[in-house]
Amino acid sequence: MRAGVVVFPGSNCDRDLAVAFEQSGAHVTKVWHKDTTLPTGLDIIAIPGGFSFGDYLRCGAIAARSPICRAVVDFAHAGGYLLGVCNGFQVLTETGLLPGALMRNANLKFVCKPVELKVESTENVFTVDYQEGQRLTVPIAHHDGNYTADDETVARLKGEGRVAFTYCDNPNGSVANIAGVLSQNRRVLGMMPHPERCIEPLQGGADGALLFAALTNALETA
Amino acid sequence: MKARVHVMLKSAVLDPQGEAVRHALASLGFEGIEDVRQGKVIDLDLAENDLAKVEATVREMCERLLANTVIESYSMEIG
Repeated sequence: MRAGVVVFPGSNCDRDLAVAFEQSGAHVTKVWHKDTTLPTGLDIIAIPGGFSFGDYLRCGAIAARSPICRAVVDFAHAGGYLLGVCNGFQVLTETGLLPGALMRNANLKFVCKPVELKVESTENVFTVDYQEGQRLTVPIAHHDGNYTADDETVARLKGEGRVAFTYCDNPNGSVANIAGVLSQNRRVLGMMPHPERCIEPLQGGADGALLFAALTNALETA
Repeated sequence: MKARVHVMLKSAVLDPQGEAVRHALASLGFEGIEDVRQGKVIDLDLAENDLAKVEATVREMCERLLANTVIESYSMEIG
C-alpha cells in the first residue's frame, strides 16, 4: 500500500502521519505543495495537521488552492482515498470535497487534550476494524475545530452514515458533536482528532493504530 | 481601480468572536449592545479600469477564495 503525505509550509504533523502509515506496513512518499502532479501508484493521500500558510485568510483556505490540491481533488474525483486530519480536515472542507466548515472553537480557546470519541459508522475502510459505538481516546489540538453545517447537511450526513466519529463531551461547539465526516463515496475522511498521535502505548494510548492498520489492509488487498 | 471586499459570517452562523467582543465592551461599561459581528475587510488595487469587468472579477475572487460561502457572505465596494 502506497500513501502520499502532502506537506505545506506550516504543516507539522506530516512526519507523525508518515510514521503511523509506515508502522502499519505502508510505503510513504511525501508530496510537496508546489508539485502539480502526484507520484504515480498512490493508494491514499493524507493531508496532515498543522498551520498551513499560517492559517492566513481562513484555516486551510490557501492550502486548498495550492497547485498540489488541484491534483488531490482530481485524485478524489477519480475515486481515490483521502485522509485529512485537523488542518487537513479544514483543507478538505475548503476544497469542497467534504461538506461544512470548521470555525473558531465556541469557547475561543485552543484546546489540546485527549478526548473520548464514539465510532458512529464502520461502513468504510477507515473505521471498519472498530465496533460501532466503540469509545476511543484520541488527542485533539486545535483552535478552529468547531464543525458547522446547515441542518439539512447534518441530517443528510447522519442519515447516510457519513458521520465517522462524534465527541462524547463536545470540546469545541461542533454541531451534533461531529468530530469526523466522510464523503458521499466514503473514500474521503476528514477528522479533527489526531489518530496518528496515538498509535503506540508510549504515546499514552494506541486507539488510532487500528485506523491505519485497517486502511493499509483494505487498500493492499483492494 | 480599487475594490473593497467585506466578508462577514452569515447571520445564521454564531460568531463567537463577536460575542467575546460584545462581552468585553460591556465590561468596559458600554451599555445596550445587542449584537456584535466581526468580519474582514480586504482591499484590492487592480490594473483593470472597466467597472463591469472589475465587478465580475472581484465577485469570482470572492466565490473562489476570499469568502467561504458555506459560512460567510460578502459584499463589495468598487471605485
